[in-house]
Amino acid sequence: MHERSDADWNSSVDLYEYQARDLFEKYDVPVLPGIVADTPEEVRAAAEKLGGVVVVKAQVKVGGRGKAGGVKVAKTPDEAEAAGRAILGLDIKGHTVKRVMVAGGARIAQEFYFSVMLDRSNRSYLSLASYEGGVEIEVLAVEKPDALARIAIDPNAGIDLDKAREIATAAKFPAELVEKVAPVFVKLYNVYKGEDATLVEVNPLVLTEEGDIIALDGKVSLDENADFRHPHHVELEDKDAADPLEAKAKANDLNYVKLDGEVGVIGNGAGLVMSTLDVVAYAGENHGNVKPANFLDIGGGASAEVMAAGLDVILGDPQVKSVFVNVFGGITACDAVAKGIVGALAELGSAANKPLVVRLDGNNVEEGRRILAEANHPLVTLAATMDEGADKAAELAHAAK
Amino acid sequence: MSIFLNKDSKVIVQGITGGEGTKHTALMLKAGTQVVGGVNARKAGTVVVHTDAAGNSVELPVFATVAEAMEKTGADVSIAFVPPAFTKDAVVEAIDAEIPLLVIITEGVPVADSAEFWAYNVEKGNKSRIIGPNCPGIITPGEALVGITPANITGKGPIGLVSKSGTLTYQMMYELRDLGFSTAIGIGGDPIIGTTHIDALAAFEADPETKAIVMIGEIGGDAEENAAAYIKAHVTKPVVGYVAGFTAPEGKTMGHAGAIVSDGAGTAQGKKEALEAAGVKVGKTPSETAALLREVYAAL
Repeated sequence: MHERSDADWNSSVDLYEYQARDLFEKYDVPVLPGIVADTPEEVRAAAEKLGGVVVVKAQVKVGGRGKAGGVKVAKTPDEAEAAGRAILGLDIKGHTVKRVMVAGGARIAQEFYFSVMLDRSNRSYLSLASYEGGVEIEVLAVEKPDALARIAIDPNAGIDLDKAREIATAAKFPAELVEKVAPVFVKLYNVYKGEDATLVEVNPLVLTEEGDIIALDGKVSLDENADFRHPHHVELEDKDAADPLEAKAKANDLNYVKLDGEVGVIGNGAGLVMSTLDVVAYAGENHGNVKPANFLDIGGGASAEVMAAGLDVILGDPQVKSVFVNVFGGITACDAVAKGIVGALAELGSAANKPLVVRLDGNNVEEGRRILAEANHPLVTLAATMDEGADKAAELAHAAK
Repeated sequence: MSIFLNKDSKVIVQGITGGEGTKHTALMLKAGTQVVGGVNARKAGTVVVHTDAAGNSVELPVFATVAEAMEKTGADVSIAFVPPAFTKDAVVEAIDAEIPLLVIITEGVPVADSAEFWAYNVEKGNKSRIIGPNCPGIITPGEALVGITPANITGKGPIGLVSKSGTLTYQMMYELRDLGFSTAIGIGGDPIIGTTHIDALAAFEADPETKAIVMIGEIGGDAEENAAAYIKAHVTKPVVGYVAGFTAPEGKTMGHAGAIVSDGAGTAQGKKEALEAAGVKVGKTPSETAALLREVYAAL
């Protein structure tokens, strides 16, 4: 659904359900007790601690885990341990379950839906809510659009109790329930605002048979740009799940995304690097269909150290057969890039063993080209244009395949 | 003529005493921009010394606030080189002073801060045109530079350029350096930005000096699709488009916070088709886009 796409924009951290639960608890959002467990034995211990009926839930960042067997109700610690054994290690849409949350049980009378998210198209925030929850919201939005309230939220005003009542009423909650859910909506907005989230979603939000409102399952995405005011967000990052090359790049503050091809790409500026990936892929059509191996933006003012770190990451990818360095110097000076390449090759020594095609234009280009020509490194080829460089790099990758 | 910026624009720099502010103040002056002062509350009353385009030494006064700087210098443009943590305050201050044009270069601004200052600007009656954040700024070649675009890529000419990306702006200016540009504007790659493709297209349509327009987009969001609808309804000048990220996989953010294909939305192919349906010729690469622009320009 479209609203979801708008919220999912960021390189921001998508949290696991248990992390979202913990954040909710911090903001006084009503949640069930939950204990994470990484082994069947820990699941048993958690079930014993919680007592009564528990739910063992796979912690994966992908929807549809219920249907995939990733959620099981257990009436006893024995059943919980067995459920843990069944769920841990399960593959859910390519995600291996390494951790479960053992949650307390609840007697559910009714299920609802609530979310608040960044609305990129309107440069604002948007809240979605429905009295008819318990289904996938994407399905509800298509099949019963009238049942889903969409309320614009002023970023400076947020969701106060009045706004929360407006949302609940628009979502067709009956009057007596409006008064029960509205304070929870306010608290969920406090999570959104207080943690610099780009999405806070509860599906389902439930009414128990005892008459309590509980956020049963939450999804939270956090804006990485705001990490400077939330030092604890670093702990929420999913270090294990990252590709090892991506983790290495991140440790060096490089903007790197691993892809599935043979031509390593380094450039400056996100737009130019994206464009370079395209040009390399088109060039690859004439050279055995080789493809770009990665996205790597060294950013503005790249030093020899940054270039060395970037080359080190790319050359560490065994799939890479050639490297295309495509730089248009704006803030970045081409002579610094050239020095960076020469320095990096010297530093890497025999670890640098793949051909490099380099295209430089812009700020101090003559000096940059002169430095590379003078160094005359056997692995380095200079290209006059972006198209020519991409073609040469694709050709070299194909030849080495 | 040009859009948003010309030789008469008087520019102040928020963060003029910082590293980036110092470096780019020098480059903007060298490009002929009338930089008339700066803002830094802690250094108010001091001056910074630079060299103008003619090689003369100039003393630029540092003021405590944007409002004071405007009052004393007649400035009508501000450019912010302020760290992300302080960007929102700097922007709100400029909005309160009703600066006509504000360019925010800073990368890494929390999106909530952008949402809040944008809502504030709207609430105040949209008196300030905001460009950015996370953008290279704006250049009217031969007249003024307010941003970090290299001023010597090319000169004045008949082409208007609007782009999300900085380095792609440079690349496209370089590809078309024989024709030159009326104004080139980098609107930034963040999810929430001030000036949009549509704002720039409308201004280029109204600018008699601009004969043809290049629009550069990238994956993510629906700005290009919206621009396509706008072009179809309102733009009579020829527009050539380029979209970066055809080979970007779903779910991977490509550098710009806004550049991600998710749930099949925001793809380069989808944007290309929307633009082509609006009569925009779309190149597969920067060089092909430049060739298409030459074709439509030659046919004028």
